[in-house]
Amino acid sequence: MSIIPQSVTEFPWRVLGLLGAIAIFGTLVLYSAAGGSITPWAINQGVRFVIFAVMALVLSRIPLELFARFAFPAYGAVLISLVLVELIGGVAGGSQRWINLGFMQLQPSEFMKPIIVLAVARFYAMLPVGEIRRWNAIWPALVLIGVPWALVLVQPDLGTATMILAGGITVMFLAGLPLRLFIGSGLTVAAIIPIAFSFLHDYQQKRVLIFMDPESDPLGAGYHISQSKIAIGSGGIWGKGFLQGTQSHLQYLPEGHTDFVFATMAEEWGMAGGVFLIGAFMLLFRWGIRVSLRTPDKFARLVAAGLTTTIFFYMAINLMMVMGLAPVVGIPLPFMSYGGSSMLTVMLCVGIIMSIDRSTRRATRVGNWA
Amino acid sequence: MKFPTPKRKIVTEATQSFTFSRRAMVVGGLQGAIGALLVGRMGWISIAENEKYQLLSESNRVNLTLIPPRRGWIIDRNGRPLANNRTDFRVDLIPQRIVDAEATVRHLAQLLSLQPDDVDRIKEELDKSAGFRPVQVADKLTYDQFAAVSVRLTDLPGVAPSQGFSRHYPAGATVGHLLGYVGAATAEDYKKRKDPLLITPGFKVGKDGLERAYDEHLTGKPGAKRVEVTARGKIVRELTTRPDTPGNPIKLTIDAGLQEYAGRRLATQSGAVVVIDCQNGDVLACASMPSFDPNSFSDGISHLEWDMLSKDDHVPLRNKVLQGLYPPGSTVKPMVALALLEAGVSPAETVSCGGAIRVGNTLFHCHKKRGHGPLNMRGAIAQSCDIYFYQMAQRIGMDRIASMARRVGMGQRFDLPFPSQSYGTVPDPAWKLKKYNQKWQVYDTVNATIGQGYMLINPLQMAVMAARLATGRQLMPNFLHGAARPEPALVGVPEEHLVTIRDAMSAVVNGGGTGGAARMSIPNVLIAGKTGTAQVRRITMAERAGGVRGNAGLPFKLRDHALFQGFAPFDNPRYAIACIIEHGGHNIRNEDAPMIASDTMSYLFDPQKAMEKLVTLEKGWGGTPAERQARQMAAFRLAKAIEKGQAPPPAAAANGSEPANAAAPAASPPSPPAPPAEADDGNDLPAPPGPGTP
Repeated sequence: MSIIPQSVTEFPWRVLGLLGAIAIFGTLVLYSAAGGSITPWAINQGVRFVIFAVMALVLSRIPLELFARFAFPAYGAVLISLVLVELIGGVAGGSQRWINLGFMQLQPSEFMKPIIVLAVARFYAMLPVGEIRRWNAIWPALVLIGVPWALVLVQPDLGTATMILAGGITVMFLAGLPLRLFIGSGLTVAAIIPIAFSFLHDYQQKRVLIFMDPESDPLGAGYHISQSKIAIGSGGIWGKGFLQGTQSHLQYLPEGHTDFVFATMAEEWGMAGGVFLIGAFMLLFRWGIRVSLRTPDKFARLVAAGLTTTIFFYMAINLMMVMGLAPVVGIPLPFMSYGGSSMLTVMLCVGIIMSIDRSTRRATRVGNWA
Repeated sequence: MKFPTPKRKIVTEATQSFTFSRRAMVVGGLQGAIGALLVGRMGWISIAENEKYQLLSESNRVNLTLIPPRRGWIIDRNGRPLANNRTDFRVDLIPQRIVDAEATVRHLAQLLSLQPDDVDRIKEELDKSAGFRPVQVADKLTYDQFAAVSVRLTDLPGVAPSQGFSRHYPAGATVGHLLGYVGAATAEDYKKRKDPLLITPGFKVGKDGLERAYDEHLTGKPGAKRVEVTARGKIVRELTTRPDTPGNPIKLTIDAGLQEYAGRRLATQSGAVVVIDCQNGDVLACASMPSFDPNSFSDGISHLEWDMLSKDDHVPLRNKVLQGLYPPGSTVKPMVALALLEAGVSPAETVSCGGAIRVGNTLFHCHKKRGHGPLNMRGAIAQSCDIYFYQMAQRIGMDRIASMARRVGMGQRFDLPFPSQSYGTVPDPAWKLKKYNQKWQVYDTVNATIGQGYMLINPLQMAVMAARLATGRQLMPNFLHGAARPEPALVGVPEEHLVTIRDAMSAVVNGGGTGGAARMSIPNVLIAGKTGTAQVRRITMAERAGGVRGNAGLPFKLRDHALFQGFAPFDNPRYAIACIIEHGGHNIRNEDAPMIASDTMSYLFDPQKAMEKLVTLEKGWGGTPAERQARQMAAFRLAKAIEKGQAPPPAAAANGSEPANAAAPAASPPSPPAPPAEADDGNDLPAPPGPGTP
């Protein structure tokens, strides 16, 4: 075992290999979505993945303590930029999610997805154990989650808001709050949903309604879901073959390279491709959960499990959306959908989890040798 | 710095750690469950419902366009095409897809150099169109024009160029009424049948005549072209193409050459010619002129052309063979003579014609003012003496004449494949009582005897009458070659009676009778016939006193109809013919019914010679019907332009358009005489008698 240098055995080969496999698959799908061309999507996506993978590896070298220390400052910074977006957005009109920094478009709500996990985890890590069943354990977390959630919701960006909420709540759940709180609020939410529905924007309401019955408006707002289901359904077990997808190549499938990339993939690779992709993601989540279970540190395990769940939400919401199980909310599929923001976020998550993994391994090794 | 977890709460810390592990497992498990759910959902869509979605995907991808089937040919008895199909580059507009109709039409007009009246027609049809029905812009385009439109398709949404077949009628106008024409299906057709073929650009249905009657038979099965299209409707590539199955051909009894000859031989007149085969009743020719050109109708007729056709006093839009009803005039005399023979009148018996006889309190004149003197039956027919028939008819009574008239086909309805037909009338006492609730009068008999009064006939019935007089058999007219039909019934007269009639009818033409103009120059073939003149107005007492005014001096609508019916050879009839010239007035000898009938008949015996004569004659008429119509169209267009003030009135040009049928309305007939005053008419007969045949 000593033949291989420690730095090599420590290198997270397995998880990188897994991500690489997903990313290569995603790049192939984008290559096909562009009609058999590496431009404009496949090449960008590939380069981006390499860059972000390097970034994740760099993150993995950063000591965990640093994340813990910077959790709140980072949270504050993102929160301020969310407010800024809201202020500038008022001028631009409509749905404003970006800050134009001149050299790049910054989407602060995207960063909020991992940061909320860090912040809430940090809060519970700091909380004395005995306080966990008290009101003091609940309201600060709710504020931490509620403020960015509300800011993103009014952008309006239902998908991201939901993910911020879900990420935060997951950490609260993992932190050990009484179970009845979750069951109780679950029931309350179920009762409130109809009321909340009426506060949604028209187009959001429409999306939700059409999700219930996409065929009611196959040429209008239900077009996305209908065409997506046609693409997936027509793929069958083995798909129509690489570059043979008609729904995507003939432009029936809208957003075939971004939000609905899974449909593009499923049309050409069929059920087999879908099972492979979902399976790969499941392995990634298993890795993340196992990292969290191995870690003795409270902050670290909350973060590891929380971030894993954040990535999971990306995948689950996106796939449910393209398969007609959820309304169209504009959540991309990590590594597959074309676009930098989501990949950056997910790679941030992965990098942090790798860092946790690394510190755990070191601690264990040291413990073993001691 | 270490986490602020106090060491003293180890047990609680452990509990919390345990809780975390348990809950993390739950979260992981939920993730796994949702993952499994997603796989299951995907399996449901892509495996269980695969077939459904594959179908939907195919219907997205593949756009099925119908290829209009080629229409079955209509061929004549010798297999010559009367209607066939021509390869055709065409351009249509799909109203639904047009963005800016005005600009699109303007652009197309410029590309295809369309006439202003075509542009008007397109705009009008666009307004009327229900959106799904294509509007034809132009067809018979050259390849260059077709290509010019095709390359600009991206700028012209709604424009559909296509390559197909268009209906072509080689004989042009001469078959217009016989065959009808084809055109795009109407919105009502589509609503009724819901057949997508009906709204396929280039698909035509029969609109009139035989094209309409046999539409189903002539329509084939459409082909289909499958093309792969993008969501925006751009064609990516062609997939399989199933060719169309052409419709079934129809073989008519018509002789194409004879049909065209008859049409052209009608010259500038408004008339009809029908030729029937005496062996079986096959209709060999059935021409009504002037006519519309079915070729231009099938392309979508321009407003201007329609306007011209509907304003023409020669009624080119009416099929005179089946829709024209005329008093038969003296052409009924052979039939009346046959009735006389049947009633026992001896052909040798003579009547002395003194120019007029008194019936009741009215004086009935013969067409020959000074009278014919004593005449037997043969002479009376040959000279068309009215007095002979006035006297004899009174003797046998109307019922016997009416019975014979019916047996020779007058007033009979024939089951023919034409959508619209009018049938003549054979009046008798019972008919008059029923129709007018009036008693039959002697003068009614007298009028009917010379084919006036209530008696009406259409040209087809007249040809049938000729054929039945010639053969003694109740032949039924037929248009389908080789159609099975029962042996015709007999008219029920002895052969010697027929011989007498045929001989007398021959004397009309060849024996110094009234039909000398019908003499044929075919060796050993003599034509037999009977001329007729049908009045369309009352003869005033003033006219009678001052002598009947020449028809030439009358306005067109007041001139007499000229008629001729006959058969050849007279002793062994092979063909029967009927010819009616509306308001012919016997003015121009070579455009009068007898000579037209005889020339048409001669075509059957010596086509070459007949054609030579026709070509010579046509030079005097201003060319073939197509040439004349083109000139008429040009004159009409010019007149319209003058009317709108778009062109200066030409001083000399109006005279130049004289040969055209009732050319430009601008050129009014020279000094029309005032219509005869009704007040001058002394007697109050329902239909006063007039002179018979000249």
